Amino acid sequence: MTELERHSYDVVVIGAGGAGLRAAIEAREQGKRTAIICKSLFGKAHTVMAEGGAAAAMGNVNSKDNWQVHFGDTMRGGKFLNNWRMAELHAQEAPDRVWELETYGALFDRTPDGRISQRNFGGHTYPRLAHVGDRTGLELIRTLQQKIVSLQQEDFEATGDYEANLKVYAECTITELMKDGEAVSGAFGYWRESGRFILFDAPAVILATGGVGKSFKVTSNSWEYTGDGHALAMRAGATLINMEFIQFHPTGMVWPPSVKGILVTESVRGDGGVLKNSEGKRFMFEYVPDVFRAQYADTEEEADRWYKDADNNRRPPELLPRDEVARAINSEVKAGRGTPHGGVFLDVSTRLPAEEITRRLPSMHHQFKELADVDITKEPMEVGPTCHYVMGGVEVDPDTASSVVPGLFAAGEVAGGMHGSNRLGGNSLSDLLVFGRRAGMGASTYVDSLQERPKIDEADVDTAATEALAPFELEGGENPYSIHQELQQSMNDLVGIIRKEEEMEQALGRLAEFRGRIAKMTVEGHRQFNPGWHLALDLRNMLTVSECVAKAALLRQESRGGHTRDDFPGMNAEWRKKLLVCKLESDGSVDVTEEQQIPMRPDLLELFELDELSKYLTEEELPAK
Amino acid sequence: MATGVSAPGRAQVGLKTARSDRWWLAPLRIGVILLFFVVYATIRIFMNKWYWVGDFHYLTPLYSPCVTSSCVEGSSHLGTWFGNFPRFLPFSLITFVILAGFRGTCYYYRKAGYRSLFFAPAACAVPEPHKSYTGERKFPLIALNLHRYFFYGALVFGLLNVYDGIQAFHGKGGGFGIGLGTVIIWVNLIALWLYTLSCHACRHIVGGRLKNFSKHPMRYRYWTFVSKLNPKHGTFAMTSLFTVILTDFYIMALSAGWFSDLRIIN
Amino acid sequence: MSYKGKFRVWRGDSEGGELKDYEVEVNEGEVVLDVIHRLQATQTPDMAVRWNCKAGKCGSCSAEINGMPKLMCMCRMNTFEEDEVVTVTPMRTFPVIKDLVTDVSFNYQKAREIPAFKPPADVKPGEYRMQQVDVERSQEFRKCIECFLCQDTCHVIRDHEENKESFSGPRFLMRIAELDMHPLDAADRQHAAQEQHGLGFCNITKCCTEVCPEHIKITDNALIPMKERVADRKYDPLVWLGNKIRRRPA
Repeated sequence: MTELERHSYDVVVIGAGGAGLRAAIEAREQGKRTAIICKSLFGKAHTVMAEGGAAAAMGNVNSKDNWQVHFGDTMRGGKFLNNWRMAELHAQEAPDRVWELETYGALFDRTPDGRISQRNFGGHTYPRLAHVGDRTGLELIRTLQQKIVSLQQEDFEATGDYEANLKVYAECTITELMKDGEAVSGAFGYWRESGRFILFDAPAVILATGGVGKSFKVTSNSWEYTGDGHALAMRAGATLINMEFIQFHPTGMVWPPSVKGILVTESVRGDGGVLKNSEGKRFMFEYVPDVFRAQYADTEEEADRWYKDADNNRRPPELLPRDEVARAINSEVKAGRGTPHGGVFLDVSTRLPAEEITRRLPSMHHQFKELADVDITKEPMEVGPTCHYVMGGVEVDPDTASSVVPGLFAAGEVAGGMHGSNRLGGNSLSDLLVFGRRAGMGASTYVDSLQERPKIDEADVDTAATEALAPFELEGGENPYSIHQELQQSMNDLVGIIRKEEEMEQALGRLAEFRGRIAKMTVEGHRQFNPGWHLALDLRNMLTVSECVAKAALLRQESRGGHTRDDFPGMNAEWRKKLLVCKLESDGSVDVTEEQQIPMRPDLLELFELDELSKYLTEEELPAK
Repeated sequence: MATGVSAPGRAQVGLKTARSDRWWLAPLRIGVILLFFVVYATIRIFMNKWYWVGDFHYLTPLYSPCVTSSCVEGSSHLGTWFGNFPRFLPFSLITFVILAGFRGTCYYYRKAGYRSLFFAPAACAVPEPHKSYTGERKFPLIALNLHRYFFYGALVFGLLNVYDGIQAFHGKGGGFGIGLGTVIIWVNLIALWLYTLSCHACRHIVGGRLKNFSKHPMRYRYWTFVSKLNPKHGTFAMTSLFTVILTDFYIMALSAGWFSDLRIIN
Repeated sequence: MSYKGKFRVWRGDSEGGELKDYEVEVNEGEVVLDVIHRLQATQTPDMAVRWNCKAGKCGSCSAEINGMPKLMCMCRMNTFEEDEVVTVTPMRTFPVIKDLVTDVSFNYQKAREIPAFKPPADVKPGEYRMQQVDVERSQEFRKCIECFLCQDTCHVIRDHEENKESFSGPRFLMRIAELDMHPLDAADRQHAAQEQHGLGFCNITKCCTEVCPEHIKITDNALIPMKERVADRKYDPLVWLGNKIRRRPA
């Protein structure tokens, strides 16, 4: 029998970003003994990188805003591929979730009348993003972290033990989920620090592991984003949807090389920054697609007036949804109108006074100054697309966040459906809060409904342990770092922002080859804090996820949101009705099948104009005239 | 048992500090300046002479206000509040206690002193030589918390210095006059006031202690003003140290007759 | 543009260790963390290093570079001469785990000892009204990314292990200041700052401010104002005298 430490909980949350922490808070408040497991230290999760804000239709800045408008924007941004129920719940509940943060101690920027200030962002009709300068993600994670601490303090008062009902397992990685028949029964993993194994016995597991960006070379994501939750879910029998949709954020840093991909917040554009090519032209005016013509300005004058008077002017095209802007930048660079380092210029220095820039965008100012030696109050930035977010993820029930596997829940980036084919900026932080809470509730209700606690099969534990130690067994194999670099390069080049059939087939060939090489990897040293070993284990997940992305992308013969096919440039209403579902076969290969979308509820359909709907839906789906 | 960076469990690096820059330069420089001032001020205070230039009504700040009957004729323009002081007791005693107290308890000088004179620590990430450390929690260092009372005192002396400054517009034989001495006295006055107003205790008292600025707009304005000066408190502290020495030296030299004042008007 | 950089990196664990010399390729525009990663990928695959965002936002990659506490991701290689030896050690105030990774649990314990934000009793969610000028002071402190470099550099605990129990360190004294200045926080923080969290240990030598990668003015804006607030309550001679007189008969 494998030597390990064992813990028993009601709910285990994997991931300590916004979604994970919010889920844990909910589960604990529902009276469940809860464990939070995070790969990094507590409070370091990738949520800190979110800059712009949390979208919530509070109507503090423009009172015309309401959940219906937010819902419409989200659907439009996702090109109507979204799970409409998730988009509806999200738009309805986001304001409450943001207000709740204030009771935990969050300090958002304020309006003159003392309410939460809201800022403009791409694809949002009204100023909607609650923010703190350009470090909203940090505020969110710190607030949730401090709320966790306050719950622990309550437990300490009551029991004398801070960790009686809510404990954080930091620097701990889960490698396998345990099952009892169909249902989840626990999770197996290891402490990064010591390499020792750890087993959680729990009837409900919430995945909140974030995204998959580390499979791409140019990415704004950190090392943690290796698609662990996606892969764990698949290995446990759950399904993933929309994996072909990867959001490339239009503005990542392009220089110096070591920071290539690091995010430049969309707030730069929301606050007046403009995109220019090497000829000094504001090129976005050329790239407004027909579906958005009515909402976006066609002259620079009108676009500039919008910042002062949003009600009587149309929005600047720099604020189109992210997929549109990313593609436009890509085309400009390909056409030879890029900057010396292969990006375009993003200029805020000529648009706002220096003090305004440092007040509204302090961390951007800091980031460029320290990492690139560029003073954004005096010079333009050089930016280009960077892999930022995966719209796809675990297929979940919108109301409870439950996957198809009983006891397995998912929230945040690891869950799929909410954002359709493209996520709007600011919808991610609110998504974390809304569905994090729902996952916590869903898991608690599920635990309450159980007659009997699912059991862990010791044989599964031994298998998991053997698999985790496999990289130490071989000698003379390849080093995981070099395979990882090749994987990133392949995904970036062949399944990147613009996709072609033959390239994706080539990618699948390479992925099959990596699978063979990964099986023969060698890790040096011992189990104590060994990054080589950690990477070797994460690589398996990255490979599975990459396969999902490439296979689904090959099948979807249209361009929509975060999926652009060179060979199928248009959007196709027939494809809108279909979701591509990934499932793991018993031999470990990925199988992708088509699934029909559930038609939108008529009352939600009524929120849109008929001409707009006709751009997305097929004839028969349109409401009768 | 080894403590500090070589305490058990910590990384045994083998170097006291791995700093490769000249970290000792700044504390050394500040230390030399502070010691020089202490020596200079002590000597001057016990000299009991050359603090008043009768022709132009220049009074050195080190002796202001001169309010004992031992003061040189004319220098006690605020009146005589005390009788003769014995030889060993300087007339500037009160001034000295308040002003040295103000500087000694000042948050900037505390940093400078702890770093340069007590090496606690001399520079960041450089181990201090002391076996134990209790901070400002016990007598006598706990008394440093009385900074604000010295600040109030310094405000009073600041006002008296302004009075001295006005007196210094005095021509030879009466009437209005300006000399280089007047200019130096006023430069010193400005430096002293910038130092006094940028004080952390002042920042707290004018508004920093409030929880809600929005309910006290006037005090928020004062606080904002002091907050603008406050980051330069250290600069003002060192500048005013030099201007005090310069002013005192200039007046001493005039009073001793080493050279004569450069007159601009009268 | 690329050259062979000379690095001395501390390798070891809580049992012991040493500075080891390495030659690593350095390219234009790189930071120390890039070089450490290259070292890991090419020469020392099992070298432990903690990192995350690589953009100075998460505060994971804290270490000491040429003896100064810094974030490895924000320390650019062009701040060194090409022939200069760059020494990288783990933070030296916390117990080491392995190589550049230290056990920072001290900080999480201290965080727990500070009572959380206490919401006002009669204000419902959504009804919080605060003015920008009132939240700005606390917002500055909330920029903290918890890299713990201030805790690492603070001599009170760096040089005196025994003070760890009674001193929470700049990060957490700043947290108390943040709550004390929060316009709607309903708890009293000042007494505990001095009595339980050791504000009196601080001798304002400002190293915390010096090393803060977020450029938070920890000393001027949090610690000194907190000391003054405590002085309001504790070191006002009249209050003190009153307490003395009243305490006697009891």
